[in-house]
Amino acid sequence: MISLSGSDRVSISVQDVSVTYRTAYEKKPTLTETMKRLGRRERIVREIEALKGVSFEVEHGKVLGVVGANGAGKSTLVRTIAGILPPTTGRIEVDGRVSTLLALGVGFNRKLTGRENVVLGGLASGLTRDHLAAKYDEIVEFAELEDFMDMPMQTYSSGMYGRLGFSVAVNMDPDILLIDEALSVGDAKFRKKSFEKMRELCSEDRTIVLVSHALGSIEELCDQAIWISKGELQMEGDPDEVVHAYTTFLDVGETALTMEDV
Amino acid sequence: MSTTVDAPREQEFNPRRHVYEPHRVGLPPLVPYIQELWRRREFAVELSRTNLRAQHFDTAFGQLWLILNPLLLGLVYFLLVDILHHHRNAPQFFAHLLSGLFLFYFMQQSLTQSVKSVVSGGKLILNSAFPRALLPLAAVRTAFFRFLPTMLIYIPVAIATHRPVTWQLLWTVPIVLILLVLATGLSLILAAGQVYFRDLDNFLPYVLRIWMYMTPILYYAREVPEKYQWVLDVNPIAKLFTAWSDVLIEGIAPTYRGMALAAGWGVVLFIVGFLFFVSRERDFAVRI
Repeated sequence: MISLSGSDRVSISVQDVSVTYRTAYEKKPTLTETMKRLGRRERIVREIEALKGVSFEVEHGKVLGVVGANGAGKSTLVRTIAGILPPTTGRIEVDGRVSTLLALGVGFNRKLTGRENVVLGGLASGLTRDHLAAKYDEIVEFAELEDFMDMPMQTYSSGMYGRLGFSVAVNMDPDILLIDEALSVGDAKFRKKSFEKMRELCSEDRTIVLVSHALGSIEELCDQAIWISKGELQMEGDPDEVVHAYTTFLDVGETALTMEDV
Repeated sequence: MSTTVDAPREQEFNPRRHVYEPHRVGLPPLVPYIQELWRRREFAVELSRTNLRAQHFDTAFGQLWLILNPLLLGLVYFLLVDILHHHRNAPQFFAHLLSGLFLFYFMQQSLTQSVKSVVSGGKLILNSAFPRALLPLAAVRTAFFRFLPTMLIYIPVAIATHRPVTWQLLWTVPIVLILLVLATGLSLILAAGQVYFRDLDNFLPYVLRIWMYMTPILYYAREVPEKYQWVLDVNPIAKLFTAWSDVLIEGIAPTYRGMALAAGWGVVLFIVGFLFFVSRERDFAVRI
């Protein structure tokens, strides 16, 4: 029963997954508001279907690109694969240790120094202190932040922020790396370096899921791509085809603007 | 057939292979959860250490505030209560007051630090999967390590006020342990509750203030009139604080019944708190 469907080569298997949030209208759920509401006997829960029956598989050593408009459910999908959000229906099987780089500035506390953040982030994702100590220099070197590690992160520029996040995520020896719109930071040099690092991870049979609005990166890096629209899997296939269909749908065409990493 | 249902769920916290299936509320498999909690304990330790370091680091007295704060508070309460009350043995009362306040402050710190631990852990919770109970546990650890130095101030006060030094002092260890367990349970309840009711932390200081008045800290337990004895009976920590004063101030052993009652409260609150938190925690990412 614990076997992954299909072959052993499958690294991530998403089977008919739906995610439904139940959120309250109110901005801040408070006891006072709840009391008042109970008095009026009203309910203010609204259901949001972030994902509807999405299925796909990714094999070991492949890069999956995820495209879609804002609010289409891309981040929800990645968080579900990471085990942060439970699926409402369906089933997800993930074979390997997952490292996440979700949105910008993951888990980082701006008041703490870079060093403290790296240690905290590493321990939270389950690394041991020894492992972390061994990896630490590599992380700092890759991010090119040797002189800044003992400064509070609020002094960092957004590029430095992103570089450190990326460096932590890729240097934790993940079997599966989930990257959510984090490649837009960093200059051209760092982007080139991060592409190389990702290719290196793939050659070691590791899997990457890349969410990006930079369609050029998707075409360049990915082996397969999916397009999610309003929570549903719109298309799955070759990155070039998916990106082409997506841009045609958006009616913007593959202009320089959509292709570049902005 | 039952194994086919159970087996994938047990994989949930396995570092190598993960299976995620629908669940909103309800308990995860507890053994793997606790194993995973233990495996990541270093994270809670580190989080609490960085918090300890970060607090007060920009004030003139720095870490000294860990000691100054409770000491000044003790003096304020002493002035207040002694003026109102005129104790016959003021030095002894001061020792009683200070030791009780310090112990109560440990619990108060645990709860006030924990209550926002999950809500303010926002990004960490949205971006990585780890047992969320680590967040309030780290807060309790922080409070504990703020409590220990305050006991160092109590030592000169105890010497100056000629408190008896006896073997009964060993009772302080189980008393602190029971309070630690009890405070952890309450912390877990509050941290999870704050996710659903964001104004819990606004109510908390007032609840704690009243709770302190209901506990024999600003007075001796024996002074409580018969008709108010029920207040001490319903208060889970009253027996513990009575024992604390018996041991430190009078140098006599606490009653076994009182200690057993306190331990019972501690264990029950811990189990309830832990189960409540764990059954809710997978809902947190959606609500933050």
